[in-house]
Amino acid sequence: MEKEITVTINGTAHTVKVEPRLLLVHLIRENLNMTGTHIGCDTSNCGACTVLMDGKAVKSCTILAVQANGKSITTVEGLATAEGLHPIQEGFKENHALHCGFCTPGMMLRAVELLKHNPNPTEEEIRWGISGNLCRCTGYNNIVKAIQYAGAKMRGDKLPSTEPQFV
Amino acid sequence: MIPAPFDYSSPTSIQEALNLLKKHGDDAKILAGGHSLIPMMKLRLATPAHLIDINSIPGLSYIKEEGGFLKIGALTREAMLEESDIIRNKYPIFTDASKLIADPQVRNMGTVGGNIAHGDAANDHPAVMIALRAQVIITGLQGTRTVPIDEFFHGFYSTAVQAGEILTEIQVPTPPKGTGSAYHKLERKVGDYATAGVAIQITVDGSGKCTAAGIGLTNVNATPMRAKRSEDALIGKKLDDNAINQAAHFAALDCNPSKDLRGDEDFKRAMVQTLTKRMIQKAVSRAK
Repeated sequence: MEKEITVTINGTAHTVKVEPRLLLVHLIRENLNMTGTHIGCDTSNCGACTVLMDGKAVKSCTILAVQANGKSITTVEGLATAEGLHPIQEGFKENHALHCGFCTPGMMLRAVELLKHNPNPTEEEIRWGISGNLCRCTGYNNIVKAIQYAGAKMRGDKLPSTEPQFV
Repeated sequence: MIPAPFDYSSPTSIQEALNLLKKHGDDAKILAGGHSLIPMMKLRLATPAHLIDINSIPGLSYIKEEGGFLKIGALTREAMLEESDIIRNKYPIFTDASKLIADPQVRNMGTVGGNIAHGDAANDHPAVMIALRAQVIITGLQGTRTVPIDEFFHGFYSTAVQAGEILTEIQVPTPPKGTGSAYHKLERKVGDYATAGVAIQITVDGSGKCTAAGIGLTNVNATPMRAKRSEDALIGKKLDDNAINQAAHFAALDCNPSKDLRGDEDFKRAMVQTLTKRMIQKAVSRAK
């Protein structure tokens, strides 16, 4: 039996009728046509489907749309504002933190939550913090740098160098 | 992957949830964090006809000390354990465990109650609760009952929670002075189940003699397991290398691991031995 739910996505309330078995990621991608949220492994391992639900990073492939009733969701489409890119987007852009880009939306949303709780994380804290997000291209080094860059930008500190480092 | 069709309720009180459980009987499953249940439903290993989502019931999510117990509400998210000052300062074993449970996103949803009620020997809280000699509060239409952790795990996915009942709270006795605890699991990668895991709580007196010991093992037996002979090998002894080695030796002998992709039986026993030794040492070093 279909249920009527209201889910706020990037500030816009959507009232829709859904089957209880509809996954949140399918609501976002297929019912509401926001395809920035990706489906990777579909088993809650890879983190490509990560969105923020009431500010907490969650894997939308393992949450039912009905569980998001009354909740506020942020997807990658909600990061940039009229003023420009979100600091985490700028960090990824400046540090070449993506190759194919498939993991990037989930990676950025998890990073946003991480930086909210811990505005100045160590490299180890960042690596633990993104341990639920898999990237098969970059080797993670530039993703770590991008999150450090975004942290500095959000704190108002001097921005770290974006020059590649060869080791 | 999409679950088979089911009907969904979102009760706002325990009473309402219990009435729904009674009405739907075996066809119903409780949905807490959903990070064990929903994956199983997507694979159609679980096909409940009715889901009773308890997330809208207020008052089931808390960490508090009261009446000689640390009380953890069933809906307490794993992430709340990581953020709690009580846990960080007094129960480091939970900090050890929660860091190793799945990954940050899963810990934002997954609940302590669900981790235990799922009845999976591969989950981490069961062994921790065995080491801490916890008790589980189970609520039904007849009222609540208290089940010691040693009587809670009946078999594979089978626990003391009966039809029509909900696990509502876990109670951990406040440890006496001189107590330390530690947990570690060997995992191949983040999010993996344990190759082996060992949870320890040790109490030592002023002279360095062990007065109490709790040892729980993860994923090396059909059910979460208490290493009884290992505990007995420590209690009443000075915790020198001899006593610790003896306890670790018994844990490796007494567990019942099965061969899988994580390793063969001998390897898992060896890991239990090593982890038992290291976690006893860590727990003792934390005793205060």
